[in-house]
Amino acid sequence: MQLYELASLIRSKNAGPFTLTFDILFNDEENYTRVRDSGALNAQSFARLYGVSDNTVRFFTCDNAKGFKISIPRRFPAGDPADADLHGGQQHAPLMAIDIP
Amino acid sequence: MSDGSEVRVISATGTLGGGAMDQDTLREAISMGAHVVGADAGTVDAGPYHLGSGTCAYSRDSVMQEVDTLLATVPRGVPIILGSAGTAGGDPHVEWVTDIVREVVAERGLERRVASIKSEQDRDYLKTMMRRDRIQPLENAPHFDESVIDRSTRIVGMMGVEPIQHALTGGADIVVAGRASDSAVFAALPILKGIPDGIAWHVGKVVECGTLACETMKRGTMYSRLDSGGATIRPIGEGLRCTPQSIAAHSLYENSDPYLHPESSGILDLTHSAFEQVDDVSVRITGSAFRPAERYSVKLEGAELIGYQSVIVGGVRDPLIIRQLDSWLDIVKSRLEARAVQILGSLKREDWRIDIHVYGRNAVMGASEPRREDLPTEVGLVVCLTAPTQALASKLADLARQPLLHQPIPEWSGAITGFACLFNQASLDRGPVWKWCTHHIVLPDNPMDMFRLEMHDFH
Repeated sequence: MQLYELASLIRSKNAGPFTLTFDILFNDEENYTRVRDSGALNAQSFARLYGVSDNTVRFFTCDNAKGFKISIPRRFPAGDPADADLHGGQQHAPLMAIDIP
Repeated sequence: MSDGSEVRVISATGTLGGGAMDQDTLREAISMGAHVVGADAGTVDAGPYHLGSGTCAYSRDSVMQEVDTLLATVPRGVPIILGSAGTAGGDPHVEWVTDIVREVVAERGLERRVASIKSEQDRDYLKTMMRRDRIQPLENAPHFDESVIDRSTRIVGMMGVEPIQHALTGGADIVVAGRASDSAVFAALPILKGIPDGIAWHVGKVVECGTLACETMKRGTMYSRLDSGGATIRPIGEGLRCTPQSIAAHSLYENSDPYLHPESSGILDLTHSAFEQVDDVSVRITGSAFRPAERYSVKLEGAELIGYQSVIVGGVRDPLIIRQLDSWLDIVKSRLEARAVQILGSLKREDWRIDIHVYGRNAVMGASEPRREDLPTEVGLVVCLTAPTQALASKLADLARQPLLHQPIPEWSGAITGFACLFNQASLDRGPVWKWCTHHIVLPDNPMDMFRLEMHDFH
């Protein structure tokens, strides 16, 4: 199945003007643990998907929120002339299609 | 308030002037008993423009309407705290909101003591602190030195609870705070009243976005009751409900780390926080801790003017151009450069820039777009010219028109028009643009060194 079919929310947002953060949240324990234990979602798979280097990716597994958080430096600061997503809210689409065994 | 050890905090809205404030639920919250009402009035989300230009993201009417609602609903004796006034919390923003408050107080025939807390930073002070090695970069910070300080339009420091507490102990009915930690707006009074820091700061973190911490965000008011062991968060409004997950998930929102949230005086640590559903809509939070900082710190936000922009908007539909778009755009850019040298000889290449956003391909995600090679049916082009003056930006846009419109491709013999220009006049003058020029903390000798408190008695 694809990640977006299992998650209740996948979103991206600025965490301040210099960092981009992604949240993947689940409504039920079963889907959350399935994704957590699948090994499909981690700092390395994220880095490959987004074309960034591994060591800039911060990856968190949050059992109490039933979700994952990933944070990376923004390629350009928010509002930079080269940037086209002021709030950082539309950067999450590639995560949606991740295949979960 | 019958229980002396419980502190009750209301969050009236997550964004002052944004239209989410609801008078009926605010009135209901007040009737349940409150010690303080807070409203977050600003954000960096809206970009550096507001700090640089000295303006608010909302109109005066919108902000005034909500200040009026607050003054009509909150009785004297329950202080109102507005944090990060006027979106950016600079001195003109604080003055602008203070003036709105003055006007509403007068119109309603009230008497109120109003504290303005200004947070703009003096350039000489910052340079002195830099030389004393008291300015440190945060994660992913841009380069920051004395020349950046000189070039900046405006730099603010983000206040913690201390300046707000000074205003409250000075008898303020209303606090118009410059740039402030969103959570500090709500944590200030509870901490003053002896609520443990971890509980006070966590409540601030949950309620500062208003009803965003509920399962579904709608209009309403957030009501929280804090005691020495924890806090209960209750949303007031139709269809609003907090759950342990909605509260836990909210601490992820807009934060790079889910558990550790730095503030001026320490770090809020949610690693061991527990959330319990206590009725249909309310959640109790326990276990939130606060690790006091060794050194008190104040985060800086600064805006530097990078120039003025002109923008051309249009599209391309010819699939032969679309399949060679990168090389076509490269030629357009080099033809523009050649014309700029010819016509605007005194303008150095490093003093202007061209950015072309390709909608339909990779405008939104830029270099991270995994499907960049897909061929869309059409693309939208937003061509931005940035230069030291508006006149120069506009001239560059004029010079870009010929290459955009009539750049040939090898497949077609004869003159073509390769660009569907949306507007006439082709370019829009956008005005000044700023960038965020700092992401650093200052280690002041005293928390109040960096903030200026003024009291006004309005009637």
